Amino acid sequence: MAPPTLWSRYKLRLRRKRLLWRGFRSRHKLTPVQNHTRQIAPADILLFATVRNEALRLPYFLQHYRALGVRHFLIVDNGSDDGTLDLLKAASDVSVWQTDAPYKSARFGMDWLTWLLMRYGHGHWTVTVDADELLIYPQWETRDLTVLTTQLTSEGHRSLGTLMLDLYPKGSPDSQRYHAGEDPLPILPWFDGHGYWCERRGQHQSVSVLGGVRARMFFQRAPEFAPVLSKVPLVKWHRSYVYFSSTHVALPQLLNAHHDLDGRERLTGVLLHTKFLPGTGARARTEKARGQQYTRGSAHDAYYDALAEAPDLWVPESIKFTGWRQLVDMGLMFRGPW
Amino acid sequence: MSVGVVMLVHTAFGRAEQVVRHWSAAGCPVVIHVDKNVSRKAFGAFRQSLANVPDVSFSKRYRCEWGTWGIVAATQTASEQMLASFPDVRHVYLASGSCLPLRPVQELVDYLADRPKTDFIESATTADVPWTVGGLDAERFTLRFPFSWKRQRVLFDCYVALQRRLRVNRRVPGGLLPHMGSQWWCLTRQTLSAILQDPARAEYDRYFRRVWIPDESYFQTLVRQYAIKIESRSLTLSKFDFQGKPHIFYDDHLQLLRRSDCFVARKIWPHAHRLYDAFLTDPSGAMKKSEPNPGKIDRIFAKAVQRRTRGRAGLYMQSRFPREDWENEVTAAPYSMFQGFAELFENFEPWLAKATGARVHGHLFAPEQAYFAEDQTVMNGALSNSATLRDYNPHGFLTSLIWNTRGERQCFQFGPRDNQAINWRIATDPNAQISVISGAWAVPLFRSNANFLDLRKAAAQLQRTESEHLDVLRSTWIKARVRIWTMADFIEAPMEPLQTILDEIGPTAQHRLSEVPRMVDLNGFGQFLQNLKNQGMHPYLMGDFPVEQGDAVVDRDRPRKPYLVR
Repeated sequence: MAPPTLWSRYKLRLRRKRLLWRGFRSRHKLTPVQNHTRQIAPADILLFATVRNEALRLPYFLQHYRALGVRHFLIVDNGSDDGTLDLLKAASDVSVWQTDAPYKSARFGMDWLTWLLMRYGHGHWTVTVDADELLIYPQWETRDLTVLTTQLTSEGHRSLGTLMLDLYPKGSPDSQRYHAGEDPLPILPWFDGHGYWCERRGQHQSVSVLGGVRARMFFQRAPEFAPVLSKVPLVKWHRSYVYFSSTHVALPQLLNAHHDLDGRERLTGVLLHTKFLPGTGARARTEKARGQQYTRGSAHDAYYDALAEAPDLWVPESIKFTGWRQLVDMGLMFRGPW
Repeated sequence: MSVGVVMLVHTAFGRAEQVVRHWSAAGCPVVIHVDKNVSRKAFGAFRQSLANVPDVSFSKRYRCEWGTWGIVAATQTASEQMLASFPDVRHVYLASGSCLPLRPVQELVDYLADRPKTDFIESATTADVPWTVGGLDAERFTLRFPFSWKRQRVLFDCYVALQRRLRVNRRVPGGLLPHMGSQWWCLTRQTLSAILQDPARAEYDRYFRRVWIPDESYFQTLVRQYAIKIESRSLTLSKFDFQGKPHIFYDDHLQLLRRSDCFVARKIWPHAHRLYDAFLTDPSGAMKKSEPNPGKIDRIFAKAVQRRTRGRAGLYMQSRFPREDWENEVTAAPYSMFQGFAELFENFEPWLAKATGARVHGHLFAPEQAYFAEDQTVMNGALSNSATLRDYNPHGFLTSLIWNTRGERQCFQFGPRDNQAINWRIATDPNAQISVISGAWAVPLFRSNANFLDLRKAAAQLQRTESEHLDVLRSTWIKARVRIWTMADFIEAPMEPLQTILDEIGPTAQHRLSEVPRMVDLNGFGQFLQNLKNQGMHPYLMGDFPVEQGDAVVDRDRPRKPYLVR
């Protein structure tokens, strides 16, 4: 990978400024519903998310991140009609903004979060995730995010790289039973341990991981459209930072430098992706009807059509999730010096 | 009481208070030094919180910055205060606020009472230990370090560079031989007072004031002057990571720390409630006489350092993505690639699987799909057999296959029909064992039922591809173990090369081949090649085949050594 030229760095800087400006402008779209941000103390770890109709996942989501030491949740509700808003309003450590503006033209919600991050995230360690992403990392059961962020700071890092791991059930996702508040892992214990590949993205000095079960099922013929699985959900935020293309890439580039070019290992985490809970099919259908989903050509259309069928993703070679040590052994997660 | 504790504190006062009370409850006097950087308010509150604890005093405060003299000055003053105010103390134990006693204090007291003349201090000459991180070892003692490494890094580095250029070489006073070791020691009154009351102390102090990280060398060097019996180890368990920073112990280290039998550990995470609860409140009745045994902890942390500094070979992921040719090894485990064998033998794959116990795949890089062993469509952990996915990133396909099947040897077939994009990667991989029978691609053509013109075209194409591959395998950059035979050489005596390959694959292979694979019927193959020649397409990679196959076997004097590169 060639070192970035002055010109390419300048272009990235312009892009970052443009995105910051977009985020700043988008603040008018957000209506505060419940603002408890006065409670935020200087060293608190904050979580930012955009949600739409996530009443099924949110109870466990909040529980998971509270246990990890997140002190305040800053959530944008994008026109939910399934009681998500009431659920959020019931919690005292959640601040909620509402918007009915189109998701897609707000860079899939990232513009809204850019504003909230700029306004409230500066100087904090921040977690930016979707409602179907549960962050884990080595020793997460016993060491909360305070410990993790102390470790990252002592190593001189401002961000944690993660791999998004798609979990799936045996049988069609829609034939499972899941009740809000339950741990989703017993229902979604399977994952692909294999079939991930890395690509250097010279433009952002980052290494992207692609592949996984969705590549195996839906993108066999078009691997270049396979979902990107690397994300940067945990960042010691600065008001001049911005997320580019969901949380896959953050700017400036130093936030994406999780790879070690000399072959050493750095601490990373995994986002357990609970996309394939019951309701997958219906969700894919409504999303398609709204036309607000991420698309890049016909390969994606075929993907959403296939998702609407809620197909069985399980094969005999699937691997059952047993815990973080397994992911470390398999090389999907890294302990680094921990 | 015979043991006194000197404690250096700069943060987490709640925990420090807990530990002070613990020492004090066991009857040990404590002298506390609080860093001068701590605000007056916080210091006052801390002092107040310990007001009702007997035999606890505070010493004069110094500014302690990592790597500077302040820490030594603080230790000296606090030690002097300890020796002066508590004449019964025989051993002085130097601890920090984040140290945690793991065993009942009485056990430590008994242990030291049994060794009244022994000083426990890690002390080694710089030449003998590779501990130092950052490249400054002997130079710590021969250069001057007036600048802070943390706050004035540029000045620090420039001044080091300047002194190197000027060949600065400080003289060590009084013929001292510099020693280094852990900052945390336990010294006898005799030794400690000898160091502190040395007539030349002013000179020593002046020298060490400009030494880099004097807290790891001041006492460690001077103790060699006076000690009667030195045990060169620290009674405080502390581990360091690859950057030379101390590892922190968390709640999940509880069992590990229990089994270590060490007296004191640092550094403890201030919020590790389970650790503090377990070790400070648990009376743990049965007194043990065991020696500290940090071996297991040592191994676990050595592994952590190795992970961080070397990584696992053959693993490519977000956090580990070495530059091409910078990796230790391309793949995670040895594997074998066979070219031409499956064409020449009818049952080569099942035979090889039986003879070696390895997992034998077909043509993994075939144009239609990846042919996994036993016709699987998906491999362990769901690696798809789709050719598109594979060809999108053939290198990743191979490394991830080898990585995910660690522990089971992988063999696969290859040939000029297959995707050639990985030829260089495999050829430069020390884990690869490559065996080639050149020209064997002609056998399926010979046995096929296609029009001769098409055969001729295919043969020309395959020969060109294989020839290019052989050029790669014969280049000077090869790191794989490569063997190449022409087909004519190979069929003369197939058993010898096969035996060599199997022996190399490893101990799973039987000693002698009991069963041999069946060779395809080559009657008329010579004529087939001649027909190609007659059409103007000269097949040369298979060696010399006479027109009549029967005659070829007669010539037994020709050398049959396999062609071995490297």
